Amino acid sequence: MSALRRLPWGLLGVLAALSVPLLGSRFYTFVATDVAIMALFAVSLNLLLGYTGLVSFGHAAYFGVGAYTTGLLMKMAGVGFTLAFPAAGLLAGLFALVFGFFCVRVTKIYFAMLTLAFAQIVWAICFKWNDVTGGDQGMPEIPYPDLAWMERLPLVGDLQTSDHFYLLTVVLVGVCFWLLRRIVGSPFGRILTTIRENPERAEFIGVHVGRWELIAFVLSGAFAGLAGGLFGIFNRGVFADFVYWTKSSEVLIMAILGGMGYFYGPAVGALVLLVLNQQITSYTEYWPLVLGSILIVLLFAFPGGIVGALDAGRRRLARLRRA
Amino acid sequence: MPAPSFLFAQALSGLTAAMFLFLVASGLSLIFGVLRVLNFAHGSFYMVGAYLAWQIVHWFGRDPASFWWAAVGAAVGVALLGGVVERVLLRHLYGKEELYQLLFTYALVLILSDAAKVLWGTGQLSVSRPPGIAGAFRFLDTTIPYYNLFILLLGPAIALGFWLMLGRTRTGRFIRAAALDREMLGALGVNVSRLYTGVFVLGSFLAGLGGALVTPVKAIVPGMDVEIIVEAFIVVVIGGLGSFWGTFLGAVIYGQVLSFGILVFPRFSIFSVFALMAVVLIIRPWGLLGRPLKT
Amino acid sequence: MLEVRGVQKAFDGFQAVAGVSLSVARGEIAAIIGPNGAGKTTLFNLVTGHIRPDAGSVLLEGRNITGLPPHQVCRRGMGRSFQRTNIFPRLSVFQNVQAAFISHRGRGLDLLSRVDRLYRDETDALLASLGLLERAGEMSGFLSHGAQKQLELGIALASEPKLLLLDEPTAGMSAAETHETIRLISRLARERDLTLLFTEHDMDVVFSIAQRITVLHQGHVIAEGAPAEVRSDPEVRRVYLGERR
Repeated sequence: MSALRRLPWGLLGVLAALSVPLLGSRFYTFVATDVAIMALFAVSLNLLLGYTGLVSFGHAAYFGVGAYTTGLLMKMAGVGFTLAFPAAGLLAGLFALVFGFFCVRVTKIYFAMLTLAFAQIVWAICFKWNDVTGGDQGMPEIPYPDLAWMERLPLVGDLQTSDHFYLLTVVLVGVCFWLLRRIVGSPFGRILTTIRENPERAEFIGVHVGRWELIAFVLSGAFAGLAGGLFGIFNRGVFADFVYWTKSSEVLIMAILGGMGYFYGPAVGALVLLVLNQQITSYTEYWPLVLGSILIVLLFAFPGGIVGALDAGRRRLARLRRA
Repeated sequence: MPAPSFLFAQALSGLTAAMFLFLVASGLSLIFGVLRVLNFAHGSFYMVGAYLAWQIVHWFGRDPASFWWAAVGAAVGVALLGGVVERVLLRHLYGKEELYQLLFTYALVLILSDAAKVLWGTGQLSVSRPPGIAGAFRFLDTTIPYYNLFILLLGPAIALGFWLMLGRTRTGRFIRAAALDREMLGALGVNVSRLYTGVFVLGSFLAGLGGALVTPVKAIVPGMDVEIIVEAFIVVVIGGLGSFWGTFLGAVIYGQVLSFGILVFPRFSIFSVFALMAVVLIIRPWGLLGRPLKT
Repeated sequence: MLEVRGVQKAFDGFQAVAGVSLSVARGEIAAIIGPNGAGKTTLFNLVTGHIRPDAGSVLLEGRNITGLPPHQVCRRGMGRSFQRTNIFPRLSVFQNVQAAFISHRGRGLDLLSRVDRLYRDETDALLASLGLLERAGEMSGFLSHGAQKQLELGIALASEPKLLLLDEPTAGMSAAETHETIRLISRLARERDLTLLFTEHDMDVVFSIAQRITVLHQGHVIAEGAPAEVRSDPEVRRVYLGERR
């Protein structure tokens, strides 16, 4: 067991992900890109949900801000990806700072209401501000970043641009995961868990709860923004529904489905939900109905999510073996 | 400076919108005060009320006179829906983490929004104003539909009745006691489980009534559930969650700010709402007439 | 060490604490007693900054801390345990105490280091002195009630307080657990040179370790002094001790 645990799973995961285009299916690469980006989005949300114990119902706002930022910079201003991508995180983090300032001042119930209200305000602005965001028409034709240098690489040089973008996405998402993992494994991350467990007690070990919550909010928003920046390019366009509340619920359900008590739980949730989405949307257009039903089943039957259920099963197995 | 008649018209339209908001937000606030559950699906109940009203009018062969039956029928239907939801599902989540209750009502939003699309499609539906008050009159250079006047009178009437119920009746006393100190309820010998169901049903009734009454002035469309719940959230953030008159005040302020915000930010009147909410949160994070929540 | 001057607090017109003054000298072990609803916990909450007093002031080592938020009060050297056990239930025993060290030593904003081994020696030493070292890896929420209370004490001590406030430290404990806890508290207070202020309903506990007792009744101080004086005070006998017989 411990030998299994010592394997560099993260690195293996990245390597496995990188080999997807070699399967030669455009469809697989397409789904894999979607999964990688949404996994980052869901894991970013979990910094708040699973580690700090704050439920944001408007995380799509930061995802959307990131998407519009990268999209606008690359399409309208002709800025390169190397600048436009970090800018997505920066601006989303800035929005999170402004909204978070208000949200962390209040108790959890108000927090839930405010995150949704702020996100819907952002959505209303994106939906109506035709001159900048394209309004309800959105902003199509976001260019791919210049990935010509990849053509000179061995093994992957002959692949299509969308494959190249996928490889870039995997590497960037991998780096973000590594950073987020460092954050939750840091002293800061430990303090966040004390806030999740018991804010009153956390105050009385000297933690200024609001300040830590705000920092977590900003970091979480910034990583969501980075995910959004990638998604706009992947989607070849940015639209107002990136910011809409259904997007927020999708990512929330991913995190819970996978298991918010585990770092990679939300990523697993993203994988499962998106594959499910591929299957189900070919039968029915009522995806939210399915989502809501999944959520209710989860709440009543598997509050620990998929990874939580697996973990419990593994533990029971270990106990049986010992007995 | 805009003409006075324009200002008057804006104020009046803001006030009318406020009355619908009050109906929804007061139920939300009431349920929170007693059950300590933030019901995300409250806007969905409002939407279901609107669709039900349309459906009932439709059954009556679109006879405008059937509107009154439709309004009552829709409100009762939504109240029943609320009762079933509380009895069958929600009550199993009491005493669990707040998060689960929140997510449960959130799941209802997703389910009801799609259920409405399945049953009633995605197009716009509308209901005509009931006969007798279908016309309009002119006052201060402004055309005022009688129906809007009716709403403007009905809102405060319901608020007043509600307030009397809270202050004068036994149930009202229990509701107030529950909002202040839940442990006291058991000591008063209240059947807590029945009180919770009753309050949830009452709150749902108000949401359903709001949804039904809005149909003659606003088209029924998918997405109206989330639109109203976000507005109701803003109203209770401004007025104070759990505070009755705070909700009324919040709704009136919200309506006026949205109406007049157009003068300041012509295309983004939503922006003025944001500014208002920000100011309230800085000065009184628990709302204008609310009290700080015990954690 | 601690000085409370005429603090008042009313809730909805009900005067929970009506102008209480008391002082605790360095190194002293002081107790606050009183019947249920006398205002003990409210007084504690006023001292630790959880509630803002309507009037009056609180001084810690001569410095005014009235109205400061709890996290700042804590940083100025006041530790606290709560009446209802207050730990981080889904963290391990080790992590509970370690988190308090992290916060107290100002490393809470460190996003880059690895947390696993941080303050390991200090945490282990503190857990050992509480008799909890063997259980360091267990999830704290699964501990027995008595062990959770001890852990809570450990969390408070990790902030290296000069003054420790304990709200009913033996509430809900068996006689044996109570006895053990009291020995533990007195030993720790001696070793660490702590000043203690505690509330307690168990009179045996109070009279066995307190050097000074303040009696609250309906938000007022009705007696104050050494255990022997308080025991013989007629007013106290009437409203409090008598009531219990």
